[in-house]
Formats: sequence, C-alpha cells, structure tokens
Amino acid sequence: MDSNGMSSGYADIIREIEKLKVEKEEIENRISKLEAQLDRKPDETAHLEASQCCSNVQTVLDGHRSSSNGLTPEMIYRYSRHLLLPDFGVEAQLNLARSSILVIGAGGLGSPVALYLASCGVGCLGIVDDDVVELNNLHRQVIHAEAYVGKAKVKSAVAACRAINSLIKLVEHNESLRASNALDIISKYDIVVDATDNLPSRYMISDCCVLLDKPLISGAALGLEGQLTVYHHKGGPCYRCLFPTPPPTAACQRCSDSGVLGVVPGVIGCLQALEAIKVASGIGETLSGRMLIFDALSSRIRIVKIRGRSLQCVACGENAELTQQKFRSFDYECFTQSPMSDRVISLSIFSTLVYESARISARLYKDKINEHEEHVLLDVRPAHHFRITAIPGSINLPLSVLVENISSIDSALKAAVPEASGEAASLYVVCRRGNDSQRAVECLRKNGFPLAKDIIGGLEAWSRDVDPSFPIY
Amino acid sequence: MDNNTCEVPVDATRELNPESLIKIKVLFFARAREIMGLADMTLEVAPQSTAGDCLMTLLTKFPKLEEICNSMVLALNEEYAPKSSTLKNGDELAIIPPISGG
Repeated sequence: MDSNGMSSGYADIIREIEKLKVEKEEIENRISKLEAQLDRKPDETAHLEASQCCSNVQTVLDGHRSSSNGLTPEMIYRYSRHLLLPDFGVEAQLNLARSSILVIGAGGLGSPVALYLASCGVGCLGIVDDDVVELNNLHRQVIHAEAYVGKAKVKSAVAACRAINSLIKLVEHNESLRASNALDIISKYDIVVDATDNLPSRYMISDCCVLLDKPLISGAALGLEGQLTVYHHKGGPCYRCLFPTPPPTAACQRCSDSGVLGVVPGVIGCLQALEAIKVASGIGETLSGRMLIFDALSSRIRIVKIRGRSLQCVACGENAELTQQKFRSFDYECFTQSPMSDRVISLSIFSTLVYESARISARLYKDKINEHEEHVLLDVRPAHHFRITAIPGSINLPLSVLVENISSIDSALKAAVPEASGEAASLYVVCRRGNDSQRAVECLRKNGFPLAKDIIGGLEAWSRDVDPSFPIY
Repeated sequence: MDNNTCEVPVDATRELNPESLIKIKVLFFARAREIMGLADMTLEVAPQSTAGDCLMTLLTKFPKLEEICNSMVLALNEEYAPKSSTLKNGDELAIIPPISGG
C-alpha cells in the first residue's frame, strides 16, 4: 500500500466506522424494543431487589430515545389511547411514568389494582404480600393462574404484570407488612394502595402513610358490599379520623368466614386503580373526604361526604402523639383484637371453652360409629353451610337458634334408640372448625345435656383425619 | 339478608301526638345490615330529634347494634353528620361501619 492509497483508505475506514455506528445504534434500538416485547421469565425478576428506591422513577424514560415531549416512540404507541384523551394526554401519562405505587395485598382487591396499574404504565409498581396462592382464591383473585397454586402470590402477581407490560419497573416484597418494616418499604413509594384483608393492617398502613406523608387509596370488600376512600390526601382525613375506635368484632368479618362474591372486590379494586391513577397523574377529583359505598345486590353506588381531618386525631391531629419510633413498636393486632391475616385461627390455640371430658377427636368419633354406638350428631353450622356439605345422618341446628330449639334435641335423642332398650343415646356436636361446637356444648351442658361432646377441629379435622374425600371449604 | 323496609313505631318520649312525628329513613350497611337483617327501615321520631337521639332509639330497640355504634360513619342525606344534627321529616340517615375484607 502506498501513501496515497493509505490516506484514501483512512477516509474510507472513517466513513465505514460512522456507517457501522449508525447501524449499530439502529440494531440496539431494535434489540431493546424486542426485549421489551419479550415475556421475561419470573426468575429474572429475582434481581429486582426490594431495597431499590422507587421514588421519582426515571428508569422507563432513561435509556430510550424520547421525543421532545419526553415519551419514547414505544410509549406513544402503547399508551396512545390515553394520550388521545384531552383530559389526560401527554402530561398525565408522563406523571404516571414518573410515579411509584405500592400495592399492599395481592388478593381480591390487589389483583385488578396491580393489573391496571401495570397496564397503564406507572413507572414503578411494588407489590407486598407473604401469602401463597390457594385454589379457593382464584374465583376473585384474577391475577393468579392455576399454575401458581402453592406459590407466592407476589411472584405470581409480578409475573402477570410483567407479561402485560415489560416497560415498567416491578418490585417484589415477598413478606408480610408489619410495623417493623412498613416505614422502610412504604417510604420508597409515592402512593400507597391498601388492598389488605384485615383491620390491624388498615390502621397500621394509615398511620404509616400519615408519618411518611403519602396518599392512601383504601378499598375493602366483603360479602356483597364494598367501600373505597382516599385518605391523607390534600389535607383530608386519615383512617383514624373516621374510626378512632376499632369495631369489637372485626375478627369475624373475614372473607374466609363470611364469603365474598368474586366480582365485588374486582369492582372496588378497579376503582382503587382509577383513584391511584388520578392521584399519580394529577387529573380529576379524587375520593378524598368522600366514601364510595358499593352495594352489589341492589346495584347501587352511594358516595357519602365524610368528616374532615380530626384535630383530635392521635395520628394526624394537632397534637398527634404518633412518632416513627412509637409506630414501630405499636401492637396493631392487640389494638384491634384481630389478627393481621385472613388465615384461620382456631379457638383452641388460645383457649378451650369446654373441659377436655366434653370433647372427642374426629378419629375417636369415627370409632364410636364403627362400634355402632347409638348417638345423635348435631351440626351447629348455619343452614347455608350445612347445604355445602355435611356428615351423613347429622342433624342441622344452627348455633344462633340452638336455645329456642333445644327441645328438638330431646326428641332426636329418643328417636335414636329403641324405646324398650332403656339406654340413652350420646350427643355429639360438630361445626366447621371446632369453635362454634364448643360454644354449643357449653350451652347444651347448661341446658340439660351434661354429656354433650364437641368434635375437636370440626369437619376440617374429620376431612383431615378420617375421610379425606370429605370436601373442605 | 332481605331488603324489606319495616316500619318501627318509636316510643315517643318527647312527643305523644303521633300526628306530629317525623319520618326518618335509616339505611344500614355492612355489619349493621347483617345485625338488622335488613337494608333500611323507617323510624318515626319526635320533631327536633337529633341523629344521636335516633341512634339511641335504635339501640334500645336493637341492642345488638351496640357493637358497631362506636366505630362507624354516620351520614345524614349522604353527608357526614355529627350526632347533634337535627333531623327533618324525610331525612335519610346512613349507618356505615367499616369493612375490612379484601
């Protein structure tokens, strides 16, 4: 190569390099777009550590070529129907993309909340839950698929959200939210959605949002009713302003006891997502200072104006005593006298109402049947429970009407043995889990049936220890 | 749960003339509805009765409501009302205990 050729070759190389650089950039752009379209596997989310800071999210907007309005071409296409809304538009979408939202609970409420918040393009979505998916969750917890039964709800929810939108940042908090970790977790987000299923968590989350000055979108659903409010937003009240004293029977008000029509938390969860989007994007008028009440049976939605912030409120009032230190050590379960989960608690763990002599195990009861002992089995569950499933031959007399129908037990006992034999039939009492049966036995023993016995652990024990084919619910 | 409205005449402690009683519609939600077994009822109370008076009347007639009376939202015609609010004929008083399920 001569010197002349070298100099022209030099210019060629420079041109070639420039051309390749342009091509490289184009290829990289295509790769990142394809990567975004790809369903990443759940394992890949593991690197998203809970310690990541989500406040003032920029990740979605960083690293992508964005238009002058700040949205990338992919975002413009994906969210075009939002951008077309005159009342929403580019600014609201950008606000969403810069916001971080924490959804507490990946159950009936949390399912639609997480799905919609992921779809709509919030910058960072965190989900907290320590529960695992169970088959009897799926009728309402629509984010979970059968394949995830037995697996962590958070893993399932994050995988579902990622499958819908790989542009957003998703954070798994596979732990239960407690007073000890709530400040650390919630402080990383701009907006909090309470999608929990129990009273102590509701007080705790509200207190924490007051301490950290975060708006709280609080929804609840049970049976055929739902409630929704935005707390601690723009000078509005907190949960404690409305309910300074917890109700005494909260522990009984659980989906696992009272039941819930699947679509009811679905409706409330969708409305929670809507309120969260409004707070995050800064559009419209939120439910701060108002409570939405949904009555599924009559298809009525009422919106009630609620009280303003209480100056006497111990959390957000003028002389509020709540501090971060006090919060961390506050016992919310004791305060509300109910557990921080919808999981079943057997009465026998805490106290046994009746003497051991007044009890029998499911296995021993089965022995009595095998020995052909003359007896009456009284099932004290409500009538609609009895219709779900029952031990053959048992008689249904719900606890709520036991006393007024006590004479019918006498006749049942008499009918159980041949008149001439002179023997007396035994009396056993069963319920779903062995709590109400103890209450019934206590009542029976005071009312002329001193030998009545309750079956320990109820029908669940029967199914577990005697007849695995017996359905549990 | 049924949605029948039932009318409960109230012992008129303040006013004996039934002509002058005012009618209040009471709406029950959540646990209150469960306890009452109905969604609403019409109460007849003396004129100038307050929302608090109305609650006391209900508590006397239905003592089981005691469990929710310290923890609920009380709304008069869909607006927050302190117990001292005076009731008018045709007013709608809503008793809304919190739900905690999800």
